Amino acid sequence: MLPFDFDYYKPTKLNEAVALYQSLDKKEKKPMFISGGTELITLGRINLAYTEAVIDLKEITECKVMKFEGDHLVYGSTLTLTKIEETNLFPLLTKTASEVADHTSRGKITLGGNICAQIFYRETVLPFLLADSQVMIVGSEGMKVVPINDIFKEQLQLKNGEFLVQLATDKRFIEAPYISIKRRQQWDTGYPLITVAALKMGEEVRVALSGLCPFPFRSKKLEDSLNNREWPINDRVDAALAELPRPILNDVEGSSDYRLFVLRNLLHDVLEGLDASF
Amino acid sequence: MKMQIIDLHVNGTLRTVTVRFADTLLYAIRGKLGLTGAKPGCLNGDCGACTVNVDGWPMKSCLMLAIEAVGKNVTTIEGLKNTSIQQAFIENFAFQCGYCTPGFIMNCHSLILKHPDADDETIKEWLESNICRCTGYAEIEKAVKSVLEKK
Repeated sequence: MLPFDFDYYKPTKLNEAVALYQSLDKKEKKPMFISGGTELITLGRINLAYTEAVIDLKEITECKVMKFEGDHLVYGSTLTLTKIEETNLFPLLTKTASEVADHTSRGKITLGGNICAQIFYRETVLPFLLADSQVMIVGSEGMKVVPINDIFKEQLQLKNGEFLVQLATDKRFIEAPYISIKRRQQWDTGYPLITVAALKMGEEVRVALSGLCPFPFRSKKLEDSLNNREWPINDRVDAALAELPRPILNDVEGSSDYRLFVLRNLLHDVLEGLDASF
Repeated sequence: MKMQIIDLHVNGTLRTVTVRFADTLLYAIRGKLGLTGAKPGCLNGDCGACTVNVDGWPMKSCLMLAIEAVGKNVTTIEGLKNTSIQQAFIENFAFQCGYCTPGFIMNCHSLILKHPDADDETIKEWLESNICRCTGYAEIEKAVKSVLEKK
């Protein structure tokens, strides 16, 4: 039960959504964009989210696309994770998305909602960070297309009133060898300890992580260390571990020391799985 | 408190309900329509006891606003009549206390419709969405497999 009331709007056009946000913001309604809306409900009921005006984006045409445009695969932000999995156009994304929450919930959770979530895992951003994808964002200043690695710093850096419309990914990355592993404290369900996604482009391994720090990230320095073929594998992994951002999470899912222990093994698994350990 | 009148298509019938925009589908079907088959459990999308079907797919009705269900076909456990999965739950003793049963059946029902040739991995992936505190998982697995095998 949500302990507050809100008005509900379901625009069908991008400019309509942008204008609605602006006018509701002026009226101090604390407008909130939603697509799946699961965080509005789960965080709202424990007073960690609040709004007086919900703008539901899932009927906007541009936000629902899933198609190849030339050499790029374009995903709309309001596609559900289930739809993305069932279509399976980007296997690394399918694998990473299929580990989020559970199957039924993924029928409600959307790509944009997960990438822009308050919950810090935001795992579905990992394949896009690895693939140097482009993101299309709309707001009061109009539409812009930006490399995701320029605008995703711990989270997608959206200005007030902006929202994610689409993500475009070059085919070369979609066809590249990949690995995606989610390690939990125990068993096969529940919150992750660490999720790692990796791509191999030529001889270069790219790695992105979620669940290690209170934000998902891809680190060029970490990758440089892992890819230094002049060193033995243990030294490469040690050097990569020295390049991690901080803080390392220390919570009920696992202590920071345990996470680092698990990560060390995960990095070995990634290099071996992608045939890059020699 | 602002109330809204909305039309919901539930179990093949158009039903008019008065809700807040902030009300969940679970609240609307139980509290307003008296369809108490969907069970409130965690109210957080974790347990699956409130699972219904929306346009043929399983949906945790605690994770959906009632207003989001407008224009969609909602099926609750009350809308299933003599389906093979219901019979299979009886034959395989796939419940103990029964609280999770409607949610499990609605999820299994969608699985059978969407993936009639589901392999073990798919069955596991789908059924991970529901929790049985009596741990009757082996019997539930048997029940769903018995229906899939017949198909």
